[in-house]
Amino acid sequence: MGCVESMNYEIVLRDATFRESRDYIKSHYKEFIDVQPGFKVFDVHVIGLPPIAIGLEGDFVIFPYTKPCHGTFLLRVEDKEEAARLRAQK
Amino acid sequence: MADEPTTPRKTALLVLGCPQVPVQTSIALYLINRLKKAGITPVVAGNKAANTLLVVADPDRHYLGEVMDLDRAVALMAEKKRDFSSCFVFIHNDAGVTYAATMGAISKAKLYAVVYGEHYEEQVKKIEFPCTTIAAKAIHNPLPLKKALDEVKPWDA
Repeated sequence: MGCVESMNYEIVLRDATFRESRDYIKSHYKEFIDVQPGFKVFDVHVIGLPPIAIGLEGDFVIFPYTKPCHGTFLLRVEDKEEAARLRAQK
Repeated sequence: MADEPTTPRKTALLVLGCPQVPVQTSIALYLINRLKKAGITPVVAGNKAANTLLVVADPDRHYLGEVMDLDRAVALMAEKKRDFSSCFVFIHNDAGVTYAATMGAISKAKLYAVVYGEHYEEQVKKIEFPCTTIAAKAIHNPLPLKKALDEVKPWDA
């Protein structure tokens, strides 16, 4: 997972389909942005069917992370600067 | 006399999925062989297990050329540092479809979805982006998928 492994993350969803993770973000977080595959969140290039939803909740960033053998995880990471950078993308 | 301009050699990226379905390694080696014979340079990108299955099976690198980590391949392509003439994404689960859609978005390569496994039809239905789909119900026996590949002949494209 590269740098994701070193993050203090919470797993919101695990072994989900990509569509389930997108629907979860859009139904559980009032604030989200849509990005294209390859967009960088922290040091991770996000994978997915465009558009990819990234959730924002205060200083928390909620984003999908896909692994070939385990499907898509939704990770929730607290980072004030990254949340602000993503909000500026709106 | 000035050197004749040369046409850049074609390259193909093989994006491997989780190696839990046995036909993947066999079909990947078969496809690599066909691509090389057609003068196309194959590059493999997968997770550690998928790459290691290939590297161990071909210790003298008769078939394999460059092998790279999948996350690194995505990063290089997303940052426009590298691209390929064609891209074959091996799909037997939702993650495979997700990677194929990503390749379609970050690369200019001609995209092929190579779909197999017990639930291959379910995965094919999720493919709503432009690509050539090569699909067969193949789990342990690679021949149905080999036949599907041979019908499309992507190495001749």
